Amino acid sequence: MENLYRENILDHYGNPRNQGTLENPDISCEWDNPLCGDVVRLDIRLTDGRVSEVRFSGQGCVISMASASMFTEEILGKTLEELRALKDEDVFEMLGVTLGPARAKCGLLPLRVLQEGLARKGEEVTEHCEGQG
Amino acid sequence: MNTQKRLDPTALRADFPILAREVHGKPLVYLDNAASSQKPQAVIEAIAAFYRGHFANIHRGVHTLSEEATVAYEEARDKVAAFIHAPDRRGVIFTRNTTEAINLVAHTWGRVHVGVGDRIIVTEMEHHSNLLPWQVLAREAGAELAYVRVTEEGRLDLASLDELLQGPVKLVAFSHVSNVLGTVNPAREIIARVHAAGARVMVDAAQSVPHLPVDVEALDCDFVAFSSHKMCGPTGAGVLYGRPELLEEMPPFLTGGGMIRRVKRAEATWADLPGKFEAGTPAIAEAVGMGAAVDYLSTVGMAGVWAHEQELAGYVLERLAETPGVRVIGPPAEERCGLVSFTVASIHPHDLAQVLDGEGIAIRAGLHCAHPLHERLGLPATARASFYLYNTLEEVDRLVEGIQKAQSFF
Repeated sequence: MENLYRENILDHYGNPRNQGTLENPDISCEWDNPLCGDVVRLDIRLTDGRVSEVRFSGQGCVISMASASMFTEEILGKTLEELRALKDEDVFEMLGVTLGPARAKCGLLPLRVLQEGLARKGEEVTEHCEGQG
Repeated sequence: MNTQKRLDPTALRADFPILAREVHGKPLVYLDNAASSQKPQAVIEAIAAFYRGHFANIHRGVHTLSEEATVAYEEARDKVAAFIHAPDRRGVIFTRNTTEAINLVAHTWGRVHVGVGDRIIVTEMEHHSNLLPWQVLAREAGAELAYVRVTEEGRLDLASLDELLQGPVKLVAFSHVSNVLGTVNPAREIIARVHAAGARVMVDAAQSVPHLPVDVEALDCDFVAFSSHKMCGPTGAGVLYGRPELLEEMPPFLTGGGMIRRVKRAEATWADLPGKFEAGTPAIAEAVGMGAAVDYLSTVGMAGVWAHEQELAGYVLERLAETPGVRVIGPPAEERCGLVSFTVASIHPHDLAQVLDGEGIAIRAGLHCAHPLHERLGLPATARASFYLYNTLEEVDRLVEGIQKAQSFF
């Protein structure tokens, strides 16, 4: 159990990076995990096709919140193509821990939010999506 | 009769092989019984023995194995009927689980009896399995779906039921025992009020039949649903009990083999009860296993199971009340079964469940398939410890120690 709550994960949970929201973001999406109600929102600003600013907000367990915090650092500077190419394995590698099927949903929540935000981005310039699980 | 035989959980534990295992090097403390219970050796062996010695399809062959399998399957029905005091075995329909049993009623009785402008009443504490079939039916039929309120203490507000019963009500669907609050609802009283208003009741008994004596005749139930796997039996088997006179006039749910009397090119007639509602090859071995589970629980005695769970509920509420930072959801011990949902200040239930798992303790964390209830009470996700006949007071202590360990960790 202690293996899961490694120092870097507890650090990101206790001292979240890039927490908050952005005004007029280029991509904004909120999504939840219907099993537990954990919710993550990502606000992303793009400059010259790259992520220039990103904020996360929401509420949830240590894994989902730490993952969201680490994820903001992970995606900063990436192009849309690079964001679209992100896979589950990238998140597991970023977290550096092995997650069982239940906790994998917690860890992957920020990626799911991004993927939903990217999918909806094609529909409108700025799309606020409501996650309902 | 006068002295209730006291249940000895320590002795009963020996009947459940899985309880001997360790999780993360610690003895397993299994407190997720509301999700599913563990299985005694008698049930495991009954299923294996059936496959080893008596298996064939039922109601079809004249050969010996088919006859033996049919007898075993129908004996299981008799056992279940006796267990819930069903006045007529024809009212006991084997389904896959509680969810399928409730859907059966919504799709057959519901489609015949619920129309535009009618009202279906559910409660704010329903599990999604006793909510969504009615929500879908109401939308399809143009009917209204109304909710009996839940009080802050986690009880049903019967005054709000009385108000709702004033309208054109066709059905009231409610849980006998809440899977989140642990509340044992006053089923007899609710059913009497519903019947006085001329409506029918669907009782979700998934959390009651495994834990307390249930007499469907004394309760005057119209429809009752429950699952084998929460009462020491295998997954894949569940029961709908319905009044035979209601079941007889209902159209079939699924159609196909085994549920017909005669089939012509353009039309068919249906088999008598209960076959009319058991289309296709059923879960035969699972039904036999459910019968063995009923035998096991009957031998232990449901009054003893209930008394034991009351003792556990009282003790866990007492221990949690003296643990700083713990907030318990739901009513006092005397109004609940052996189930407690709670939150621990500044620890998300997932993280609590993870720490407890490291101590070998299995609990559930989340919204427990009851989103409207959480919304109504403004609850975040909760942790839930749910007990059964094999749980001990010492395991309650282990749970509290685990919570304290989590508090020191985060």
